[in-house]
Amino acid sequence: MMDVLYFAWLRERIGLPKERVETEAATVADLVEELKVREERYAMAFADTSSIRVALDQELADFSAPLAGVREVAFFPPMTGG
Amino acid sequence: MLRVQSDPFDPGSELSAFAQGRTDIGAVVSFTGVVRNTDGALEAMEIEHYPGMTERAIGRIMDEAHNRWNLSDVLVIHRHGPLKPGEVIMMVATASAHRAAAFAAADFLMDYLKSRAPFWKKETRSHGENWVAAKDEDEAALDRWT
Repeated sequence: MMDVLYFAWLRERIGLPKERVETEAATVADLVEELKVREERYAMAFADTSSIRVALDQELADFSAPLAGVREVAFFPPMTGG
Repeated sequence: MLRVQSDPFDPGSELSAFAQGRTDIGAVVSFTGVVRNTDGALEAMEIEHYPGMTERAIGRIMDEAHNRWNLSDVLVIHRHGPLKPGEVIMMVATASAHRAAAFAAADFLMDYLKSRAPFWKKETRSHGENWVAAKDEDEAALDRWT
């Protein structure tokens, strides 16, 4: 089990900020594929992963990163701070 | 020092208090970010953030600035939540014995805060809402520091 968080337009498209996900996904990319087949709103939100960033336990990571031991996965668009 | 908050703040009084009473400092540089409304159509801005990761990410950027330059002190204040045009979004201040380090560190901090601190800006304009897209040049600006 892990917490999956969504921010900005990803949160709006999926319709929730956070959920508990039961998964055996080995990598972030595998998790995205699992989410995409769940429902159309996930497929729409994750249609273009080049415009999505991911953080594992609050550290930026790649989509190829392993999920073993990770408690919190966050998906969001490129950041616009400052 | 780092503060992430929804409350407004006064950059003038923050700057006065920053590094006050220290005699090892010869230069203080500050940057203040303001909600601009250059075309007159912006009604409001909402800044979303990732509590926890925001503090970690900015803290790491501040540590990196301290590693690269001989800084006496660094201040970052960044707001989240609803803002109106003309309101202060954030400020950065750096203090050093000499100005070159203070200027360079402030520039570095701003480049990294733009693209590596988990904030997202949503604009409400007269014709609707939109998420502000990250600019390629903001990402490219990071190359200056590698």
